[in-house]
Amino acid sequence: MTDIYRASPELALLIAAGLIVVVDALLPLLGREAWSRRRVIAAGLALLGVVASFALSGILIADKERGTAFDAMIALDDFTLFFNFLFAGIAGMIVLGSIDFLQRNRFQAEYLALVLTAAAGMMLMAASQDLIMIFVALETQALAFYVLIGFLKDSRSSEAALKYLLLGAVSTALTLYGMAYLFGISGETSLEGIAQFVSRADSDSRSALVLAAAFLGAGLAFKMAVVPFQMWVPDVYEGAPTPVTAYLSVASKAAGFAVVMRIFLVALGEGLITSDWANMFAAVAAVSMTLGNVMALVQTDIKRMLGYSSIAQAGTFLIGLAAVAAKDPQLELGSASVVFFLGTYAFTNLGAFIAIIAISSKIHSDKIADYAGVYKRSPYLALGLAACLISLTGIPPTAGFIAKVYVFNAAVSADMVWLATIGVINSVISVYYYLRVVMNMFTQDPESDVSFQPSMYLGAAMTIAVVGLLAVGVYPNPLISASEHAARVFA
Amino acid sequence: MPDFATIIIFFPLIGAVLVATLPKEQEQQAKYVAAVTAAVVFAIAAFMFVLYDRDDSGYQYIDSIVWLDSAFSDFKLHYAVGVDGLSLPLVVLNAFLTLVAVLISFKVEMRPKEYFAWLLVLETSLMGVFCALDFVLFFLFWEVELIPMYFLISIWGSGNRVYSAWKYVLYTFFGSAFMIVGILTLGFTAGTFDIRELGNIDAIHGAIIPAWMIFTLIIIAFLIKLPVVPFHTWLPDAHTDAPTAVSVILAGVLLKMGGYGVLRLAFNIMPDVAYDARDYLAALAAVSIIYGALMTLIQKDLKRLIAYSSVSHMGYVLLGAASVGVVGFTGAATQLITHGLITGMLFVIVGMVYDRAHTRNIGELSGLAHRMPFITVMMLVAGLASLGLPALAGFVAEITIFLGSFESQKVATVVAITGVAFAAGYILWTIQRVFWGPPDPKWAELTDADAWWERGPLLALTVAIVSIGVYPAWVVDLLRDGVTPIAGRFAG
Repeated sequence: MTDIYRASPELALLIAAGLIVVVDALLPLLGREAWSRRRVIAAGLALLGVVASFALSGILIADKERGTAFDAMIALDDFTLFFNFLFAGIAGMIVLGSIDFLQRNRFQAEYLALVLTAAAGMMLMAASQDLIMIFVALETQALAFYVLIGFLKDSRSSEAALKYLLLGAVSTALTLYGMAYLFGISGETSLEGIAQFVSRADSDSRSALVLAAAFLGAGLAFKMAVVPFQMWVPDVYEGAPTPVTAYLSVASKAAGFAVVMRIFLVALGEGLITSDWANMFAAVAAVSMTLGNVMALVQTDIKRMLGYSSIAQAGTFLIGLAAVAAKDPQLELGSASVVFFLGTYAFTNLGAFIAIIAISSKIHSDKIADYAGVYKRSPYLALGLAACLISLTGIPPTAGFIAKVYVFNAAVSADMVWLATIGVINSVISVYYYLRVVMNMFTQDPESDVSFQPSMYLGAAMTIAVVGLLAVGVYPNPLISASEHAARVFA
Repeated sequence: MPDFATIIIFFPLIGAVLVATLPKEQEQQAKYVAAVTAAVVFAIAAFMFVLYDRDDSGYQYIDSIVWLDSAFSDFKLHYAVGVDGLSLPLVVLNAFLTLVAVLISFKVEMRPKEYFAWLLVLETSLMGVFCALDFVLFFLFWEVELIPMYFLISIWGSGNRVYSAWKYVLYTFFGSAFMIVGILTLGFTAGTFDIRELGNIDAIHGAIIPAWMIFTLIIIAFLIKLPVVPFHTWLPDAHTDAPTAVSVILAGVLLKMGGYGVLRLAFNIMPDVAYDARDYLAALAAVSIIYGALMTLIQKDLKRLIAYSSVSHMGYVLLGAASVGVVGFTGAATQLITHGLITGMLFVIVGMVYDRAHTRNIGELSGLAHRMPFITVMMLVAGLASLGLPALAGFVAEITIFLGSFESQKVATVVAITGVAFAAGYILWTIQRVFWGPPDPKWAELTDADAWWERGPLLALTVAIVSIGVYPAWVVDLLRDGVTPIAGRFAG
């Protein structure tokens, strides 16, 4: 029973996913009226699942329940709880953001069930502390995403799904290879067991460990969408349904980082190769930021632009990860900054994507040039999108500003001024492409003067995101403290 | 109960929210709400100025709470605000010029709600910059200022407004990107971001990068803002294309952020490095003064002309700072105030001429004195103050700077003094061409400044300029008290 209690936030989502499909199948029996409202019923059930998951996480906190479950396969600690909230919140926003788009699709229930399944998978990714469980969670989440990306079944969506599937398979293979290496040399699958082996390891096993770290890093780089495994990002972001793109860009990335932090900070955290992987992440961070930003500069499609920008943002998170190990393993500032950044980035990028869903569905275009004069047609959406883009740039008083200051501070504390400098130069580059959208919306004249409003669901989701990013920007302490509690798990 | 500093930072923001939430039908009321807000802010600033305890030269009206608390390191940020003798006059200047800017904008009819809301947000961010006592909080307000400026120039500007807004944002952001690395390195080394404590640390030892590198990272942003040649090219564009009121704030207050930063942060925190850098800074100042003056002479557009004269005049600020002494610092701080008043007034006048004649081209204008005697008199006051005529404000600042800098920076001072001759040249020549000369029948229809919201601000500016010129002590004493501790850092 304790096991189930400790995993209840994940299970709530899975049960809701199952319920949605079953209820949807039974609805025709309840008559025409019920059938005509199936979209609202399915979405309502999905939101109910999200709220239940939230509530259960809250109860677990109030109960001070901590520990492991299912034979130490998953851990219930502050880190898990932080991500439970994060993924449940993201899933709720994605459900709100998808209701309009589902109007024209008959597989509404399946879509929503997959969104919840993916969220449960990602929660498990953050909670797992055993290689086998990590792999199962990874695949749960990946399978849901394969279907979601191809959901539109048009040529671009299908191409995107195929690309994601093929590259995902390669990355899975790399991850497995790295896991096999770790298991091979240590004889353990649990991260704690591996950690004990690594802390005792002598230089004979060094090369094997470096190889394992490299393979794991490479396989998970696909999930985090950082160089050199970022090639899929722009095409998949462009082709996938926009809510799924939003989901991929915040949740899948965050889950990738959560797993990386579990594996590298717990299993490989202390021992002879710490500085090796720190340098690896520092290099990947520098290249990802620069490549992502430079490529984003030349994009004309807003979804592709956000795709490249998400590569650059992921590079910025990696600064924090590189800072963890660069100096000494006691320095949790780096991991706290990654967790904090993931939380703020989730709000910000989701808000941006939801505004884009609302705007693009009315102007029927994803081209940045077509965003001209949106302010005159829908001031509310234009202001919301502008707030999110300003936060992504890192201009105060937004969450993005605090996140950047916090992560650069971690880099400076770890003697990595060079990496912080590359980071800030990249911020300057990013001003151009983020504010270009703002400029188009506010200073150009629209082609048509017809004003429009976001739907209730999209408006609500965007408002939550914008209020959140401003609140964290003005009073960051609660989220800082939550991130630091989460990071303390690795102390 | 929050103290005055907090109130004066956030009161304009409340006004901005009120303006922005006015119903659409009443958007013409926006200007009145904004004017009342700006007037109240000015009243608060005046109160602060009067109630400031002149016997205690330290920071006053302080509010300080922990704003971001990291359990893992010394990374603790405070919301800490307060004013001292250096920042208080700048706060008053900001309140005064924002009120002027709001009044002379009364005829803005395009999207008035947003326009006045952004002006007030701008006022909040500038108040924050001058009042912040935490370096990261200072940086926060420094960056916030970008957003209103960007919108104000790119939406309500003229000419190549979008390009100019871009250039402004990118230059500023470029500087501030380096500044944040400098701030974090400094804070990490010193273990605090509190400006009061940073101003007491003897020297930055054991930093992960050399102290001169931290100093450079930080001061670049200030030199861009000031602006100093060769970082000045954003200024003429931004000035030319910004709406009149924004030009007033830009020249009157925004550039002062740079000078304030040089004194309060770069010099106060790292005096040893600043002392080593003083000759380079003096050379930069001399180049800015002469280059700005020469460029001013060849301008054909009135706004560009004043913009380049600002480059020249702000060079004096850097020269005063480079003298590393209390007299030079006092002069530099005084120049911040007097240049803000004088150039603000010049931009107000140019804006009025442009509104009537719809051109700023000096070649096309002639004999305006016949049509607008009041504006001409005002132009004479501002122009003569700008060229440094005794008994007007500009003279006070410049003579103090030269007195301070002659001892330690002889060559740069001699070069800079020739800049005064150029200033007399371009100011008088401009007045001669635009206002005197034969009346051109083309301009026979032009009217003088008649509305109360046009005459009032100009007369108020005149009073300020004359009163500082005749009895400088009421401002200069305060500024001297403010810079004395900074100069004291160089004594040892």
